[in-house]
Amino acid sequence: MKYMLLIYGPKRDREPTPEEWAASMPAWEAFGNELRSHNAYVDAAPLAGTDSATTVRVRDGNRVVTDGPFAETKEWLGGYYIIEAPSLDGAIEAAAMCPGAKDGSVEIRPIVDLGG
Amino acid sequence: MAALARALGDIALAEDALQEAYVAALERWPRDGFPARPSAWIFATARNRALDRLRRERAGREKLQRLTALERVERPAVADESDAMNAIPDDRLGLIFACCHPALGIEARIALTLRTLAGLTVEEIADAFLVPHTTMAQRLVRVKRKIRESGIPFDVPPAERLPERLDDVCAVLYLIFNEGYASSAGDRLVRRELCDEAIRLGRVLNVLMPQEPEVMGLLALMLYHDSRRDARTAADGSMITLGDQDRATWDRAKIAEANALLAGASLHRAPGAYQVQAAIAFAHVRAPSASDVDWNAIAELYGHLEELAPSPIVALNRAVAIGFARGPQAGLGALDALPAEALASYHPYHVARADALSRLGRRAEARAAYRAAIERTQNAAEAAHLRAKLAGIGGR
Repeated sequence: MKYMLLIYGPKRDREPTPEEWAASMPAWEAFGNELRSHNAYVDAAPLAGTDSATTVRVRDGNRVVTDGPFAETKEWLGGYYIIEAPSLDGAIEAAAMCPGAKDGSVEIRPIVDLGG
Repeated sequence: MAALARALGDIALAEDALQEAYVAALERWPRDGFPARPSAWIFATARNRALDRLRRERAGREKLQRLTALERVERPAVADESDAMNAIPDDRLGLIFACCHPALGIEARIALTLRTLAGLTVEEIADAFLVPHTTMAQRLVRVKRKIRESGIPFDVPPAERLPERLDDVCAVLYLIFNEGYASSAGDRLVRRELCDEAIRLGRVLNVLMPQEPEVMGLLALMLYHDSRRDARTAADGSMITLGDQDRATWDRAKIAEANALLAGASLHRAPGAYQVQAAIAFAHVRAPSASDVDWNAIAELYGHLEELAPSPIVALNRAVAIGFARGPQAGLGALDALPAEALASYHPYHVARADALSRLGRRAEARAAYRAAIERTQNAAEAAHLRAKLAGIGGR
């Protein structure tokens, strides 16, 4: 089964400095390598901050474009992984290894297979 | 049922298929005669019905995978598939771990365990938890859907995850037992069927995983409590506390079974919260009369339990034991040292303070504490018992 790991982190007041970014990278790389070594890696990407989010709704045929994320919450979606796991237990193991689980939380969502 | 559910990864589909197989049996057996192995017939028919349905719905790759998995399943040598507990051991255990999976809400785990493992009807479960039948039916539909869609496995967890997952299973069984033993709401003190089911499932778990001391501890604990089931309520339905119970009415067979389990568990030298709680229950049971109970030993065991599983409620029980061991003054001192805020809404805290104050002759304070306790209990039998105590020291 395929699962998406949605990585939610605490809201930041500012963008991380290049040094902070660089310091956090090895843990993420190690996580990606761990997934690859188990043939579990499918796809992953970080998302730009919620400051750059745009939300679109279409109501009665009219397009409503608003600045900001869908919902203002204390934690924000910072990135995702798509993994292949034999069961939810495998996905939980992967999520628990994710660096994002240490200071934020990782939501596991099964990806619905539409076939074809 | 367990074998079928495990093969399909889908409890609802397995249930439906079994249902259809039973209907088919009702139609055919009287007409064509009974098959040589009725259970095998039912299993094969249910499997074929599930296959038919999956073929009809053959839309995605995931379903095809389930189809292949199902085709691989051999007919298990089982006596009666109508009972999930009679399937082959791995299937039964897998089903237990799936039903008690931490990714499911605790209420859903309890409901699913009672429905799928204990075989209670939706109506019985709904009545036991005082919710409308439709609510319980929806809860079960939702939880089965989550198991299917999120890919919760029907497997025994790997060794490194087993302690925490087994703890989850034990917690579900003990919650079921406690809901039956001291129902949080309603006017009956014991809902017997829930206690019976929890003990039955505990025995099954202990047979399937015979080397787990905490499973033995849990089963012993439930048996000790259950041995006093009849002694806890008087003929008029009112409550009798431990110290006033007629020890001759305690169920000696259950106590003997519990003693053997506890002794067996101690050989593993891996103490856990259930074993310590069972040891506390044993300390009560071994005393020939209420006045012979070794309260110092019990206070010590509660101290041990606090280290294993710290909680304000365990601390409260330790304080109560200190009160019995060293007198009401020491008991009240221990009670006053507890975090009052964390325990304010917990009626046994007020009962303990009221009892200590009453024994010290501080009647006005004791009456206030009894009233605080009565306000916070939802069990009618227990409230009546507290009102009697309040009346005994001139309150109302």
